[in-house]
Amino acid sequence: MGRFLTSGGAGILAAVVALALLLFGISRGETAVVLAKATRVCMECIGIG
Amino acid sequence: MRHGVQALWAVLTNSAFAGFVTGRIYTGKLKTICVPGLNCYSCPGARGACPIGSLQAVIGSRQFSFSYYVVGFLFLIGALLGRFVCGWLCPFGLIQELLHKIPFPKKIGTFRGDRLLRKLKYAVLIVLVILLPLFLTDILGQGAPWFCKVLCPAGTLEGGLPLVLLDRSLRGIVGWLYAWKVAVLIVTLLASVVICRPFCKYLCPLGALYSVFNPISVFRCRVDRETCVGCGACAKVCPMQVDPVRTPNAPECIRCGRCRRVCPTDAISFRFLAEQKMRKPGAETVQMEGVDPADE
Repeated sequence: MGRFLTSGGAGILAAVVALALLLFGISRGETAVVLAKATRVCMECIGIG
Repeated sequence: MRHGVQALWAVLTNSAFAGFVTGRIYTGKLKTICVPGLNCYSCPGARGACPIGSLQAVIGSRQFSFSYYVVGFLFLIGALLGRFVCGWLCPFGLIQELLHKIPFPKKIGTFRGDRLLRKLKYAVLIVLVILLPLFLTDILGQGAPWFCKVLCPAGTLEGGLPLVLLDRSLRGIVGWLYAWKVAVLIVTLLASVVICRPFCKYLCPLGALYSVFNPISVFRCRVDRETCVGCGACAKVCPMQVDPVRTPNAPECIRCGRCRRVCPTDAISFRFLAEQKMRKPGAETVQMEGVDPADE
């Protein structure tokens, strides 16, 4: 088990958890917030807002 | 080859070329998807969303106080690739590296306080990206993207400068904040000539997040202790001041592969699910990062 984790196995486990988080976020509509922000000029990002 | 991949990725993810003429940003559905590197979504050519900007946008929104989508995306990329993204897929990393190629009498590798200063990026991640957008809200309950607002030089370079140059109406409303951000950008670019990737080392919240995954990521560095002759060439050439023999998957490693190229015995490799190979029993052993020799 120790060998599995230190050879990247822990990364696979973390990736599975991460994928579940990502899909849950999509299911509750977070991508709409991302799209709305990304498709307007972000005044804070460019140093004006 | 790596600079070619970096440049190709930068062009692909900023391929809405018309924006660089019209001064308008791309507004297609692709912007729902985050890109893995630091790439401002207000860059006129940007096709995707900046993950750090998106994280602040969702955290600071009225609807949500946490982003499972962006955190899941960042954790997924980190778990699979670690800081490979920094070394291969970040446009701002490429810009800093190219600037570092400019000759300068005294390039600085490390200095007193360097190690402590590298912790600063974790504070930037926690304070500017998470806490301030979450808690410092206006009367509508919306938080500002504080990292983008007060620090991000990538946003100034990729979004602020081109948009202000192309859009006369924006030119009329720039103020002290714009001047501050341009100053941060200039300092970052000048520092890049002397220090390799200063923004990545000391301030980047994206690098900070990915660095946490470096020790466990699926794509990883492997050092063959049987063929390593301990010459130290790898540590000497590392732009992030990592010693791959001692800590092959250190949080600061950006997987650029310079160490692999200079290794005279090909003892270093980067691959998926690589197991660390130790010396044979009886040979001199060195304790590896995260590996208990008793497990072997």
